Amino acid sequence: MSITTVNMGDISMSEKILQKAKRLLNKMANVLLLPVFGITLFLFLWAIAAQNINTSLGEFPGPTAVVEQFSALYDEHNTERDKAVAFYERQEVRNARKLAKNPDYVVKIRAYTGKETFIDQIFTSLITVTSGFLVAAVIAIPLGIWMGLSKRLNSALNPMIQIFKPVSPLAWLPLVTMVVSALYVSDDPMMSKSFLTSMITVSLCSLWPMVINTSIGVSSIDSDLLNVSKVLRLSTITHIKKIVLPASIPMIFTGMRLSFGVAWMVLIAAEMLAQNPGLGKFVWDEFQNGSSDSLARIMAAVVVIGFIGFLLDRAMLQLQRKVSWDKSSVSV
Amino acid sequence: MNKVTDEAHVIEHPFLNISHIDMVFPTDNGGFTALKEVDLQIKKGEFISLIGHSGCGKSTVLNIVAGLYQATTGGILLKNKEVNEPGPERAVVFQNHSLLPWLTAYQNVELAVKQVFAKTMSKGEMKEWIEYNLKLVHMDHAMHKRPDEISGGMKQRVGIARALAMQPEVLLMDEPFGALDALTRAHMQDSLMEIQNELNNTVIMITHDVDEAVLLSDRIVMMTNGPEATIGEILDVNLERPRSRLSLAKDIEYNRLRSEVLTFLYEKQRKVENITSKKTTVKPQSTQSVKEA
Ligand SMILES: Nc1ncnc2c1ncn2[C@@H]1O[C@H](COP(=O)(O)OP(=O)(O)OP(=O)(O)O)[C@@H](O)[C@H]1O
Ligand SMILES: [Mg+2]
Repeated sequence: MSITTVNMGDISMSEKILQKAKRLLNKMANVLLLPVFGITLFLFLWAIAAQNINTSLGEFPGPTAVVEQFSALYDEHNTERDKAVAFYERQEVRNARKLAKNPDYVVKIRAYTGKETFIDQIFTSLITVTSGFLVAAVIAIPLGIWMGLSKRLNSALNPMIQIFKPVSPLAWLPLVTMVVSALYVSDDPMMSKSFLTSMITVSLCSLWPMVINTSIGVSSIDSDLLNVSKVLRLSTITHIKKIVLPASIPMIFTGMRLSFGVAWMVLIAAEMLAQNPGLGKFVWDEFQNGSSDSLARIMAAVVVIGFIGFLLDRAMLQLQRKVSWDKSSVSV
Repeated sequence: MNKVTDEAHVIEHPFLNISHIDMVFPTDNGGFTALKEVDLQIKKGEFISLIGHSGCGKSTVLNIVAGLYQATTGGILLKNKEVNEPGPERAVVFQNHSLLPWLTAYQNVELAVKQVFAKTMSKGEMKEWIEYNLKLVHMDHAMHKRPDEISGGMKQRVGIARALAMQPEVLLMDEPFGALDALTRAHMQDSLMEIQNELNNTVIMITHDVDEAVLLSDRIVMMTNGPEATIGEILDVNLERPRSRLSLAKDIEYNRLRSEVLTFLYEKQRKVENITSKKTTVKPQSTQSVKEA
C-alpha cells in the first residue's frame, strides 16, 4: 500500500512536469507555430493557384512576383527622390548664375513636380484618412453625448442615422464631388479638391458608428451614478466632465475603433474615384496601366493596405487601453 | 407595542417631517400605488431603521426623502422647509456603493467635498477633511486605490465616507450592508455605531436584517406589504449606548425587541411569495396564505 503511494507520488510529480511542458508547448504553438504554419500554407496555396490563373495581363502574380514589386517600388521611390534632389540642385545653380549676371534678379524657386511614388501615396492616404476620421470624431462624439443625454434628441435623430448608416461611400461620392467643386472655389487652394472630396466621404461614412456607440454609452450609464451626480447637484458641465465622459469612454472608443476601420476601407474606394493621390489612386492607375507588372503591384498594395489597417486598429487599441478605466472592455 | 397613533410619537417640531406621502407610479395599465399615507416625524440625531419585506416600498420612501422621486401627494419638510430635489444635505449611501469606478477612493470623496465645500474650505482644509473622513471608516490605508482594487466592504466604507464628508443634515442609507457577508457586515455595523457615537447624525437606514435594525436604531419603522404600503408599527429601541452585540445577545430587552420585529415580519405581515409571477393569485395551499391588506 505504502509503496504504491510513493510510486503514485512519483508518477504525479513527473506527470506534473510533463503537463507543464505540454502547456508551454501548447502556448508556443498558439502564439507562434500555428500562425507561421497558417501563413506558409496560404503562401503555398497562393503560389499554386496563381500559376493556374491566366489573365489578359499575364499570369496572376504569386508571392515572389509581389515581393519583387515591393523592392521595385522602393527603388522607384529612391530614384524619384534623387531626381528631386538633383532638380533642386540644378535650380539653385541656375539661380546663382542668374544672380551673378543680374543682381536685381528675383529668385524664383519652382517646386519639383515629379511622380508620386508608392511611399508618398501611403502617406497621402494616411493623412487623408486621419483628417476624415478626426473631422468625423469632432462632430460625432459631442453629438453622440448630446443624444445620449436627451431622449428627445435621440428619438428625433435616430431614424435618420439608421438610414444613413448603411449607405455606401460610392453613393456619397458623386454628391460630395459636386458640392465640393461648387462651394470650394479659391485661387490658391490650401488643399486639393480630390483630397477634400475623399476626406469628406470618409467622414460621412465613419460618422455613424461613433455617434451610435457614444449615444448608447452615454444613455446606458448606471442610474446609480446618475443619482450620485444628482445628490451632489453637479452642474451640467461638471456632470458631463466627471460622470458622463469617463463612464462612456469605453463605448466611445469602441465606436472610434469601428469608425477607423470603416474609414480606412472607405478611403481606398474614395481615392479611386476622386483621384486623390493615395493608395486608392495607385491601385486604379495600375489597373488602367495594364502592364505585366500591374497585378503584382496591385497585390503589393493590397498587402500594404491590409497591414496598415491592422496597425491602425492596434494603435487605437493601445490608445483605448491607455485611457480606459474599464480594462475588461478593451478586448482584441 | 407602540402603535403609530401613540401620543408618544407626536413630535412637536420635527427635524425631518415625512408628511402624508402617497406614491403612485405610472404603469402601462394605470397607476400603481406603491405608498399610501406614509407619515413619519424624525428628531435631530435620531437613527431610524426602515424594515419591511422586499418590494414593499422602502427604497421609494428613501428616494422621496432624497428628492430623487417626487411624491404624488404629501411632501418632505426638512427643518420646516419643503424639499423636492436632491441635494448634498441629504446624502445617500446606495445599496451597491455606486462609487465612480474610474476614481480612487480619495478622488471619489474629493468630488463630493469639492462640490459641497468649494466656497468655504481651502485646498489644504479639503485634503485634511477628505483624509479625516476616510480615516473615520478605516480606509486611510487604501485611499489611493480604485474601487476595483478593494473589497466589497471597503467600497461600502468609501461610500459611507463620501456621504459623511458632505456633512449632511440627514444621512440616507439604502441597505448599506446588504451585499456584504455576515462577518464584514458585523464589522461595518460596529464601525457605523462608532461613527454615530462621534457625529450623532440623523440617519434613515433601510435594512432587511432584524439584528442590525435593533442594534443600531433608536426607532424601528416597520412597513406593511405593498401595494399601498404604509407604516405598520414603530418600535422604540431604548437600549443603552454604546451597544455591544455580544452583551446584547443575552439582554432580555434586546431579545424582546427582536422578537417584536420578527413577529411583525413573519406573522402580521407574512409575505406569500409567488416565485413565478407576482400577478397570478396565490394558490390557497394552507393557512399560510393569509396575507394582510
Ligand atoms: N420607477 C418605478 N416604476 C414603477 N414601479 C416602481 C418603480 N420603483 C418602484 N416601483 C414599485 O414600487 C414597489 C416598491 O419598490 P421599492 O423599490 O421601493 O421596494 P423595496 O422595499 O425597496 O424593495 P427591496 O427591499 O427589494 O429593495 C415595488 O412593487 C416596485 O415594483
Ligand atoms: Mg430597495
